[in-house]
Amino acid sequence: MAGNIEVNKGDSLIISSSPHLLSKENVHRIMYTVILALIPAVAASVYFYRLNAVILLLVCTITAVVTEFLVQRFMKKSTTAFDGSAAITGLLLALTLPPSFPIFGAVLGSVFAVAIGKQIFGGLGFNIFNPALLGRAFLQATYPVLITTWHDPVAASVMVDVVSTATPLALMKFEGVMTPYWPLLFGNVAGSLGETSAIAILIGGLFLRLRGYVNWKLPLGYLGSMAVFGGIFWLIDPSKYPDPLFHITAGGAMLGAWFMITDMVTSPTTPKGQWIFAIGAGVLAVTIRLFGGLPEGVMYSILLMNAIVPILNRYTRPKVFGAVKQAADRAGGSSR
Amino acid sequence: MKHKTFTRGIHPSYNKGYTADKATQKARLPERVIIPLSQHIGAPCLALVKRGEAVVEGQKIGDVESFIAAPVHASISGVVKEIALHPHPGGSKVLSVVIDGDGEEKTWNPIREDSEIFAMKADEVRKCVREAGLVGLGGASFPTYVKFMPPKGGKVEAAILNGCECEPFLTADDRIMTEHPDKVLKGLKVIMAAVGASKGIVGVEDNKPAAIAALKSAAVDILPDVEIVLLETKYPQGAEKMLIEAILKREVPVGKLPLDVGVVVNNVGTAAAVYDALCLGKPVIERIVTVSGSGINTPGNFMVRVGTPFFELIGQAGGLATLPEGEEREVLNGGPMMGIAQRNLFAPVIKGTSGITVLAGKRVKPREHNACIRCASCVSVCPMGLMPYKIADMGRLEMVDDFKSWSGLACIECGCCSFVCPARRPLVQWIRVGKIKVRETARS
Repeated sequence: MAGNIEVNKGDSLIISSSPHLLSKENVHRIMYTVILALIPAVAASVYFYRLNAVILLLVCTITAVVTEFLVQRFMKKSTTAFDGSAAITGLLLALTLPPSFPIFGAVLGSVFAVAIGKQIFGGLGFNIFNPALLGRAFLQATYPVLITTWHDPVAASVMVDVVSTATPLALMKFEGVMTPYWPLLFGNVAGSLGETSAIAILIGGLFLRLRGYVNWKLPLGYLGSMAVFGGIFWLIDPSKYPDPLFHITAGGAMLGAWFMITDMVTSPTTPKGQWIFAIGAGVLAVTIRLFGGLPEGVMYSILLMNAIVPILNRYTRPKVFGAVKQAADRAGGSSR
Repeated sequence: MKHKTFTRGIHPSYNKGYTADKATQKARLPERVIIPLSQHIGAPCLALVKRGEAVVEGQKIGDVESFIAAPVHASISGVVKEIALHPHPGGSKVLSVVIDGDGEEKTWNPIREDSEIFAMKADEVRKCVREAGLVGLGGASFPTYVKFMPPKGGKVEAAILNGCECEPFLTADDRIMTEHPDKVLKGLKVIMAAVGASKGIVGVEDNKPAAIAALKSAAVDILPDVEIVLLETKYPQGAEKMLIEAILKREVPVGKLPLDVGVVVNNVGTAAAVYDALCLGKPVIERIVTVSGSGINTPGNFMVRVGTPFFELIGQAGGLATLPEGEEREVLNGGPMMGIAQRNLFAPVIKGTSGITVLAGKRVKPREHNACIRCASCVSVCPMGLMPYKIADMGRLEMVDDFKSWSGLACIECGCCSFVCPARRPLVQWIRVGKIKVRETARS
């Protein structure tokens, strides 16, 4: 009988808790797919801003990865620097910067994003705020002028000593001038590296959605609420307020909707929470754009909503199967 | 075509191809069987035989006077060698009766005509079913006769048979529906009469066309009113609560039984065994076991005596596949989603053993896990509507109150969350820790 003596001794059998079958999904694959999805946006920025873009993208990405590595070394933790998440933070930060941004500033922002935005909370999975956006917010406070100095892409690409230009949002806000859609979609407008071409970002975002790494509620809720909420004001006074399509194609709306608000770590885990999060951020973004002191509100809208994610998770729990009117559970629960 | 199903859940690779088309073979009569005195949920049996005593096939050898319990029987005739602690496929060691066989095999002849069976009173059916040692053969092993007792004032509307078999690899239920649809449906007819249900339903996943066809053609003569409900092939479709949700759109309240929503659910194999118990007077001494997986040489479906050691059955399935250097294997009682890993191959097949799955490969399971990235995959697949990543952490950190208030106790341990987790976190394992801690706290 093939009773297999070797096995009867039991020394070659694995013993573990069920389930014994796992999907092939893993964190590395998710992170590197996100990087892949950023390629169109990166390509567009390099096309429009040439060397400036290449330098900023490289500097931010490398700094972010190195920072993660060094911080974890210093904290005597095993390194996750190459799992792709730090590289994403660097790439995303670079895409939010104006093309003429100084290299030293980019380094500083990347260090802040990874060290303070992520590692200080305990690393991947524990950060409350989107690290890239936190880095950008830090730079906004540190270099308020440089970070809002924009150049016309065509001028920048021929490397002439460029004259600064206003972004479409600033034109809208401070001068009441509307930029036509065509440049907004394809990127021939002044702005940050990755904010210029809505189409490039959309391609990457849809690819991620196809791979199942984007929860459709988030971009839909964000862009949808921007369009609806912005649209209300447009209907009230079309001469003063921009139309819905302008809202979702100008500035950082697309990048925010597909790559920032969809960050798994800093978005809610419950379906209801995801809707509130995305719609709330969209309303905030439009509010800041139309009534705040800044022309663009995407960054703060997402960071502000990041802050209430733990509360959203807590109060929007899914209905437990067979729960009786949900009465008993709600009162309990003492932490988190 | 979309068939009925429950909310959320997962689509693992089903791997039924190994054995789905293989007819059930009769396993060799084992020379020695090990019959654990506890093969059900509830109080363990006390031995009714002594060492050295001769027993015959089908003789009751263990029973206990307790409401939730089921007796055990000698699966072969022979002599009791010893009554001692033996490995149980559930993981622990359990007092078991070891019988050395004499090679004799009993022929079971009908003791009742079908017409007599269908005319039996509910009380009589329950008594026979209890005496036959029937438990849920799908794996949960809850004493069957208890399910046949509707609560006072409660009305049972539908008797459902569970023919989903959503666990990957397993095909035991598929085979019994395909090979013995008559027994399954006659068993259902008996159950309907016993619980007073007017409706009889068989729920089958749509990946079992042969079983569905067999049931439909057998139903014409036996139970023309039966509803054969096709369900989407999705895990865990065969979990009792998910099955009821899919078929009747009713949710069994937390902490309640299917009876509370007017339903009784039994496995298709259990229904066939009910019929055998009444027709032949035959207790549960054998069952169909699927032996399958990448680590088995010739996978198959076997009619096996309860008490047959795993190594003996695996030997009849061609033995374990030779492992290339650097590979490892895991032997499971049951399927890969909810099966229990075996320390060695000495444990016996028990009433609830629907399959033995042997997984082999470079890394059967990853050893390390990453931090949770809040991707919410677990939340989006949990059929119970829980937040697995949260309750798993509460379990791991022994936060008993939070674990309870976030409904950790409602977890059915189906494993969907661990399956999808990209960080490879052993969520179900930690949730089990939480449940144990809750129990410990309640006791102290």
